[in-house]
Amino acid sequence: MFTACFRTLKISNKYGLLARYESTLVIAEHNNETLLPITCNALSAAKKIGGDVTVLVAGNKCDKVAQSVSKANGVSKVLVADNDAFKGFLPEALTPLIIATQNQHKFTHILAGATAFGKALLPRVAAKLDVSPVSDIIGIKAADTFIRTIYAGNAIQTLKCKDSIKVVSVRGTAFEAVPLEGGNAKCEPAPAGDYKSSLVEFIKQELSKSDRPELTSAKIVVSGGRGLKSGENFQLLYSLADKLNAAVGASRAAVDAGFVPNDLQVGQTGKIVAPDLYIAVGISGAIQHLAGMKDSKTIVAINKDPEAPIFQVADYGLVADLFKAVPELTEKL
Amino acid sequence: MARALVGVKRVIDYAVKIRVKPDKTGVVTDGIKHSMNPFDEIAIEEAVRMKEKKLVQEIIAVSCGPAQSQDVIRTALAMGADKGIHVEISGPEYETLQPIHVSKILAKLAQDEKADLVIVGKQAIDDDCNQTAQMIGGLLDWPTGTFCSKVEKTNGELNITREVDGGLEVLKMKMPAVLSADLRLNEPRYATLPNIMKAKKKPVKKMTPKDLGIDTAARIDILSVEEPPARQGGVILPDIDTLITKLKEGGHV
Repeated sequence: MFTACFRTLKISNKYGLLARYESTLVIAEHNNETLLPITCNALSAAKKIGGDVTVLVAGNKCDKVAQSVSKANGVSKVLVADNDAFKGFLPEALTPLIIATQNQHKFTHILAGATAFGKALLPRVAAKLDVSPVSDIIGIKAADTFIRTIYAGNAIQTLKCKDSIKVVSVRGTAFEAVPLEGGNAKCEPAPAGDYKSSLVEFIKQELSKSDRPELTSAKIVVSGGRGLKSGENFQLLYSLADKLNAAVGASRAAVDAGFVPNDLQVGQTGKIVAPDLYIAVGISGAIQHLAGMKDSKTIVAINKDPEAPIFQVADYGLVADLFKAVPELTEKL
Repeated sequence: MARALVGVKRVIDYAVKIRVKPDKTGVVTDGIKHSMNPFDEIAIEEAVRMKEKKLVQEIIAVSCGPAQSQDVIRTALAMGADKGIHVEISGPEYETLQPIHVSKILAKLAQDEKADLVIVGKQAIDDDCNQTAQMIGGLLDWPTGTFCSKVEKTNGELNITREVDGGLEVLKMKMPAVLSADLRLNEPRYATLPNIMKAKKKPVKKMTPKDLGIDTAARIDILSVEEPPARQGGVILPDIDTLITKLKEGGHV
């Protein structure tokens, strides 16, 4: 009997039909009001794996989010967990929910976007399942074979997972977003339980407010580095960004010097962006910064040092004093 | 008072431009400058500062890896850690060593050493995984403060400020706990020569995963490691007008 099953699997595999047995759980990232765009990128990765796609929406009064994701193309089911325990989306509360959901539905894959939320949550889930998670994938070769970058984007590793359940975080910029239309998934309650963690309490969030587009999903990003010399001078970049409807980013040097808040940092340890146009102003182009932006379609560098490494990756370089060049560029656009 | 276990990893120095091996099995590590993972320096520094504030009583620095990993343990000792544990893993076993293995080792050591605080860097700059702290938290069922930029201890509880995508977030958690250090947590100190000399006398215990009962069997197969696609060399433009023309041609403005 066992052998027969095994043979069937083997045959299916041979004809590429194994994908029918895959089932993926995507953990939705949201703020109880709207679904964050990264979830749509994760959905597209889930579709690439093949098989059924279920989305878990856990939050507090998150009905609206569940409704919107149920319309996403390719989603077959939405599980909703509405509970006070999920205030602040703490991994300590979400992990037991995900484990309960996994025990009930036996997914082959558990996915989320590789954001601060996904990175904090998924490895905890993987530890509970005793599987080795895979971080920040940029490609899917097969249901068990993933592509990711290592060494700050300076090498590309293809790895095959031996664990039975694949717990994977997805680099948003590497996968197209699935549109929130064309689908009609059923919403069902997720397994109920006492998920409140007595060990940790969410106190508050202090989010930087901005009318500009969100950094990781913006079509155009204007970034500043040490060359800006002060926080006030970043105004030059804000003016240029507003002209282009761009998001504003920064190098680590600019963040460490206190010119801008941390959440604007682009690089290995900050955000990974891949916009259509990236304008690097007063940024030398250290390895760690390039890790966060070198997949941008077009890169423009404005720097007065012709030897700056940024010029080696820039499509268009301008060797000029940014304090003259940026206002002129803003003016002429 | 708390006992802190700090995980430190030996990685290729952050300033080195890495080279991929021609046979695509990995990157060249022989004869390349290695040092302590920058985030782990921040983790050690935080533990030492907590000790200086009398919030922590003893700091144990742990590294998993080949014989050379002892160098980063000595660095941690020179920065102020009290004792070291080297869990020796080398050769092919080390090639496929994953955060799941390391977190099992650290979780076991945290229990054996009766630690009530585990601090690691938020990610290692070689594998860029960003998993170990979270997995230790999961294994021990301890609350985990990831990407910390501020840690305060009051009345036996920790107040953690975390760096999240939109800004900052504040959590309060009970001890025992696991923390992962983000860049902004502190500025690590340099080990002074007298402290480096003193560190040589501090005890370093050597063990293997087997001693701890941890199975380090490979969870992944590395199929290939390749160079990323090189970007086409660009052009230096003479002035702003040319730049605007190019941006218009590209449909960007």
